Amino acid sequence: MENERTHIISALVLHKPGVLQRVAGLFTRRGFNIDSITVGTSEQEGIARMTIMAKGDQKVLEQITKQLNKIIDVIKVRDLEPEKTVKRELCLIKVHTPTEKVRSEVIQYANIFRGRIIDVSPETLTIEITGASDKIDALIDLVKTFGIKEIARTGPTAMSRGIRTI
Amino acid sequence: MRGGEALIKSLADQGVDVVFGYPGGVLLPLYDVIYDSDMKHILVRHEQCAAHAADGYARASGKVGVCIGTSGPGATNLVTGIATAYMDSSPIVAIAGQVATGLIGNDAFQEVDTIGMTMPITKHNFQPMTPQEIPGMIKSAFYIAGTGRPGPVVVDLPKDVQEQELDMEKEVRIDLPGYKPTRKGHPLQIKRAANLIANSKKPVILAGGGVILSGSSEELLKLSEIIDAPVVTSLLGKGSFPEDHPYSLGMLGMHGTKPSNFMVDECDCLIAVGCRFSDRTTGNVAEFAKNAKIIHIDIDPAEIGKNVDIDIPIVGDAKITLSNLIKALSQINIRGNTDEWMRYVQNCKRSSTPRTSFDDVPLKPQQVIKEIMQATDEETIVTTDVGLNQMWMAHYFKVRHPRTFLSSGGLGTMGFGFPAAMGAKVAKPESDVVAVCGDGGFLMVSQDLATIKEYDIPVVICILDNRYLGMVAQWQKLFYEKRLSHTHLGEVPDFVKLAEAFGVAAYRVEKPGEVRETLKNAINSGEPTLIDITIDPEEILPMVPPGCGLTEMVGEYKIELESADGVPYYREAEERAGE
Repeated sequence: MENERTHIISALVLHKPGVLQRVAGLFTRRGFNIDSITVGTSEQEGIARMTIMAKGDQKVLEQITKQLNKIIDVIKVRDLEPEKTVKRELCLIKVHTPTEKVRSEVIQYANIFRGRIIDVSPETLTIEITGASDKIDALIDLVKTFGIKEIARTGPTAMSRGIRTI
Repeated sequence: MRGGEALIKSLADQGVDVVFGYPGGVLLPLYDVIYDSDMKHILVRHEQCAAHAADGYARASGKVGVCIGTSGPGATNLVTGIATAYMDSSPIVAIAGQVATGLIGNDAFQEVDTIGMTMPITKHNFQPMTPQEIPGMIKSAFYIAGTGRPGPVVVDLPKDVQEQELDMEKEVRIDLPGYKPTRKGHPLQIKRAANLIANSKKPVILAGGGVILSGSSEELLKLSEIIDAPVVTSLLGKGSFPEDHPYSLGMLGMHGTKPSNFMVDECDCLIAVGCRFSDRTTGNVAEFAKNAKIIHIDIDPAEIGKNVDIDIPIVGDAKITLSNLIKALSQINIRGNTDEWMRYVQNCKRSSTPRTSFDDVPLKPQQVIKEIMQATDEETIVTTDVGLNQMWMAHYFKVRHPRTFLSSGGLGTMGFGFPAAMGAKVAKPESDVVAVCGDGGFLMVSQDLATIKEYDIPVVICILDNRYLGMVAQWQKLFYEKRLSHTHLGEVPDFVKLAEAFGVAAYRVEKPGEVRETLKNAINSGEPTLIDITIDPEEILPMVPPGCGLTEMVGEYKIELESADGVPYYREAEERAGE
């Protein structure tokens, strides 16, 4: 679709049971294209912050924010401007490393990407990496050739740069 | 105090004096409290009817209706009624029983995930896990259901929570940081709207159910008269504007009237108030009001721009916003701009007045509706079921006051008409209430004849009996080469005998004039009554095929300028309005 892009939507919600279902269910029901959704506590007690990545044009985005706002447990919704937003994703990658040679190569790659090795076994290394999603994609591409046993990604979480808050 | 008592007390604090319900295992603690309370409880014969009755109660009175069903199947039976209320923005609070908190999630007997199930069809839902939460949740439930854009709220009440003790505090506070409906439309947008209206030569007003919900019919009438603009309504908007007024063009849309569909197509400015531009109202959206700038006033911001692109959006309560718009318009001289347009509109209206007088046997539905109008007065509350009966009523029954025409629009729920009438009569015992049903829809809820007999709720049920699922058959006739697959209902039951088995008075009518007489007598009798009206199964309505623009109607009207008494209907209407 024309002007379709991925939007970063930040939402403050009441930290109550079922609130994730209310939000996720809305996306299913309304046919919105959801890429990822992360949720965790915020600086205020009883209030959680959600980061939603969703694809769509301006009209779809408008509907998403309006429909989100209609949910009683949703307090505030904002579409974050990509250039004024810090956005990070956490990823754990378990790589198959049967030999010393592979192991040292993987450690080098991890270092280049400022990842950390957080677990070692005779057959595997687990890398922790935080950053922009495309940086994570790049590291995954690199170590793919050695054989990836497992990947766990959180999906991006985000907030506005500088003094601006929602 | 125990949880169950707290619930009943909290309902009473909200002004609730009647509930429609059906008990069950997990509701035993609550029903034990109801046994001793002043709360009037109407035992329906199916939970779906409890929800529709609460909905009818709400639509007729403007208050929040309350229904109760037990866990599991009780809750699933409520769902259709809750979804109906959701689609039509009707304020109800549905209380469902739930298994004890310790059993939730164990697939206990009669357990169902009511919260998960009703999340997409409610404005909000609650599940108190301690009795202490009950008073706040009930107060919040009523506040959410009845304010902003109204809608259903579910309270899912575990059995042990009803039994446990709590301290009932004197004052219960509502704490909903995420719920703040905007009531006052933005002044700048209102000014822009006023300027657009003042400069338009061919304005049309489209009034939806929001006008009725916000109680802004007077403002709507005033607006149409000061700017000289015709008024079309959605199905739910019927009653927002007096349909005997010369400016009224009737319902818009797929099953709408010809003048409404054509004038919306031609207008240069469409002022839409409290409507959501459903596909049944707009037809093909690419063709909808394509010559017009559109102003949309709605309390729900999500409705603005959802289906139709809007030039001037105004988020706000229709009553407040319309008064402010009228104020803004009074500062601009606008009268006279639309004279030519109004002449054109009146001509179109005159030349497409449908014929309503027929001598035929079997009876023509147009004649039946006309006789229903003659037998009732303008304060009578009519409900409809869903299907052709509903569309005949929408077309031919002239509604003059808000909250006197109740119909399931958005969900199109067959079986709505009769229980909604029951709820309306309970809400407004002084009003006459007539349910106009199809034979198919009525059979879905006929067991509740027992309820109207038992509680002496004197509604009159008129069944337009053609032994067909009329609307579906119409589509098969028009779009599926007349292959009437499973839309003929056969010859059973005998509705008169059925009603008599429930102790309800019943009559069958087959000839012109009989509907009027029988209905008048039934209303005057003050008894619940069923009238089985045999109608012509061949009769269908012109309509706009799905996906087509509003001017692409198929099927012909039988046009009638002179009614039986020799007075053209439009002239009658003009005179009445002039009195």
